[in-house]
Amino acid sequence: MTKVYCIGEGLVTPLGSTVEAVLDAAREGLSRRLFEKRGTLSGASFFEEIAIEAARKATRGMEMTPRTGLVLSTTKGNVEHIGRADISLAASARNIADAVGITTSPIVVSNACISGIAALLQGMRMIRSGEYDNVVVVGAEVHSDFVHSGFDCLKALSPEPCRPFDKDRQGLNLGEAAAAIVLSAKAGPWEISDGVIRNDANHISGPSRTGEGSYKCLRYVMDGIDKEDIAFVSVHGTATPYNDEMESIALHRAGLSDVPINALKGVFGHTLGAAGILEAIVSMAAFDKGIVLPTKGFHEMGVSYPVNVSAQERPAKGKLFIKLLSGFGGVNGAMVFRKGGAL
Amino acid sequence: MKMKEVSIPSGANLTAIYRELVGNYPKFFKMDTLSKLGFLLTEMLVGDDPGRFTPREDRAVLVFSRNGCLANDLNYAKSMEDFPSPALFVYTLPNIVAGEISIRNKYEGETSAYVLEKYDRPLIDGIVRQAFQDRITRDAIVAWIDCPSDTEWTAMAWIETK
Repeated sequence: MTKVYCIGEGLVTPLGSTVEAVLDAAREGLSRRLFEKRGTLSGASFFEEIAIEAARKATRGMEMTPRTGLVLSTTKGNVEHIGRADISLAASARNIADAVGITTSPIVVSNACISGIAALLQGMRMIRSGEYDNVVVVGAEVHSDFVHSGFDCLKALSPEPCRPFDKDRQGLNLGEAAAAIVLSAKAGPWEISDGVIRNDANHISGPSRTGEGSYKCLRYVMDGIDKEDIAFVSVHGTATPYNDEMESIALHRAGLSDVPINALKGVFGHTLGAAGILEAIVSMAAFDKGIVLPTKGFHEMGVSYPVNVSAQERPAKGKLFIKLLSGFGGVNGAMVFRKGGAL
Repeated sequence: MKMKEVSIPSGANLTAIYRELVGNYPKFFKMDTLSKLGFLLTEMLVGDDPGRFTPREDRAVLVFSRNGCLANDLNYAKSMEDFPSPALFVYTLPNIVAGEISIRNKYEGETSAYVLEKYDRPLIDGIVRQAFQDRITRDAIVAWIDCPSDTEWTAMAWIETK
């Protein structure tokens, strides 16, 4: 089967807009979830502007061909303008494609909080189909009263900075960011070697009590890898009581209790449709420096199954990492990022 | 191999269809219009499946549209003027319909929601073929449900086999 590589990356986050700056901020234990300035220069919406900027960074120096694809990952796109404009995610995707010179039909994957993995998986499959030379996968989310009020009425928001896997965790913080990865069959330093989506078939807004879908995802991707090669699992870790507990069960069932895990929501907040791509890029950069990033906000174990949370930065040992996500609608996703490629 | 294709006309009485086809799944009444349409389309497709409701991981649910969950987004935005409704908020994602279909039918495989610029059958067929790269998926419920309001929609579904 065709190997699929990451050949470009771009970030636009409140903590900086280069991979190096964002990685340094995460290592120093900084946290910033919202952009200070939200004005736009281009006439595009703020959502589209940061998505375009991330895509441009990721595609710098790259030639767009008639076989370049665009996959957009977002949950709510331009929802802050609901009732006043066409907020269709497809219209946003077209604007982003036009801005970076992509002429194929853009595809939006809107799969709740696993959208980032789902979009990368879609891009991976497009490359493997042989119908695309490269695929630009962009994830973006901006803050809106719409989403904030929704998580607030579900009582999912933490009044303090979130604490993934901690015994005193009180919920999530919302964040905003854009992140982009270019996928290609051309060799790059990182390979996306596998990915999967599974549904709990249990509840639309609560995770499975047995971690069913998340466990099935782990089981699926573990089929092709050696446990000794896993440097770490970058978990979803929203810091809601139910999510983190569920993930501990899934990891335990998959035999991964002793593998280092970390969660980055304490750094960026929950960036929803951007999360999978943002957290993957930062995790790749950390691994390139030989480290597992710390889990900001975590102090004392607060889940009932044993998991190996990286409270502090530590050395990364292995050949790959797994990114894990879960979301409303019962969806779960896992993806394998393998270092090495052909370089 | 193609199997049957089903559809629900725009503006049809969904409660009447529910009573005729199902009748004993009260969660139906909590769903937004998008989820009701996906739920009923699936009933029309798999209502006679032997061994139905046995958990299975080999069937994907792939839902396509242009407008995602816009009708319910508008309903939730309206509730924000008064008290934001958690019952409406949980349906403000285009993939919840796929979750409802999974819960009803115990489909534990892949579920995804895609938003496209228009009903583009070759593009949809391509994405479905790509979804069959999953090592376990053997077939998929595929639906185009575009539901910009609670009274007007396009809703059709079919089963695609690997």
